[in-house]
Amino acid sequence: MHSALWAHLRKDLRIEWRAKDAMQSMLFYALLVVVLFSLAFDPTRETSRQYAGGVMCVAVLFAAVQALNQAWSRELRGNVLDAQRMSPAPASALYLAKVLANFIFVLIVEAVLTPVFVIFYNLHPMGDGWLFFAILPLGSWALVANGVFFAALSLRARSRELLLPLVLFPIFIPALLAMVLAATDVLTGESDPGLWVKMLAGYDIIFTVLSVLLFETVLHAE
Amino acid sequence: MPAVATVEDVSKLYGRFAALRHVSTTLERGRCYLLLGENGAGKSTLLRVLAGLLRPTLGRVRVLELPPAEARARIGYMSHAAMLYDELTARENLEYTAQLYPGQACLKAEEALGMVGLDPALTRPVGQYSQGMRQRTSLARVLLSKPELLLLDEPFSNMDRASAERMLALLAELRGAGRTIVLTTHQRELAEPMADVVLMMQGGALTTERA
Repeated sequence: MHSALWAHLRKDLRIEWRAKDAMQSMLFYALLVVVLFSLAFDPTRETSRQYAGGVMCVAVLFAAVQALNQAWSRELRGNVLDAQRMSPAPASALYLAKVLANFIFVLIVEAVLTPVFVIFYNLHPMGDGWLFFAILPLGSWALVANGVFFAALSLRARSRELLLPLVLFPIFIPALLAMVLAATDVLTGESDPGLWVKMLAGYDIIFTVLSVLLFETVLHAE
Repeated sequence: MPAVATVEDVSKLYGRFAALRHVSTTLERGRCYLLLGENGAGKSTLLRVLAGLLRPTLGRVRVLELPPAEARARIGYMSHAAMLYDELTARENLEYTAQLYPGQACLKAEEALGMVGLDPALTRPVGQYSQGMRQRTSLARVLLSKPELLLLDEPFSNMDRASAERMLALLAELRGAGRTIVLTTHQRELAEPMADVVLMMQGGALTTERA
């Protein structure tokens, strides 16, 4: 399991390093959302704290969907998915590696996006700013774990790029709400985001375990 | 000779369309089977059923006395597409594939590439290879796990005559070592001298079988 997982992950990172498809489209899209929203609303420091968390999460969500739509395209292009289906390596290793690779891509985008966000929205968190180091990764994992699974599920669909957001967004809503509310709590300092962080962690565990268990069926479906 | 695979009255239906109709045959160890037929005759579907990538709608398939899905690690399958990542070099593609066979004694990437006449030191990504080189890399990928049953779908397409003959010589060597080979091709004159058995398919049915 570990060697196969590592092989899949290293391959995905190496390909992205050379092609830079996912990163470029995600960064471009996320930065566009952040800049356009800041220009459209001309936020003051107080109003920013109220909705900046939501804008940030939505920017990451839309940007990540760009990458998730492409998550399996390389496997489809050369029919490599058949080679993976033929191999004795566990399907869960392929799924987890794909989640980890996309998780890393989203984290890099967030690392670039956060300083831009702080500058454009003139942000200074009133609560514990360090909690962002838990909120953003937990929310990103929820998005990517579901996104990779549903992208694989919609692989054989004709309009899969349309199908993915349609299936993913309703399932991701609880995690999105928890992520937005936790981020707003940290920015405003009005209440404790602990409950939302725990909810995100629970959501991640449940959906990751379910996806790992079901992925073999999805991979070998005709 | 012992049977490597048995196909018993297999049909594969897509709605009302029958891609395979009541196909039955036995594949014996150390023999080369040439599967012929026009486009849409069902050759690729039969190979995919044998590889365990498609489940038959009716009938029974056994590969190495197991359902094909359980014997996958012992089957080598080469499809129309190269089944390689364009962004990686041939060597990187093969090293990656070998890691997906944990606990199995695989060939080294250089060894497999050498067998198909490719230089393992090539630093170009596969996306920049000619079609013929991609086909050869694809065959190297199949050989990597030392499969007992090789299912090759159009292995000589886009290949020049010299490369195709070199590949045939390699396949003859593998057959001599006890591997069973099933190959489809439209270049009948090229592969027929090597084939032990010729299978003809038409409209999803196996029409003739001759040694």
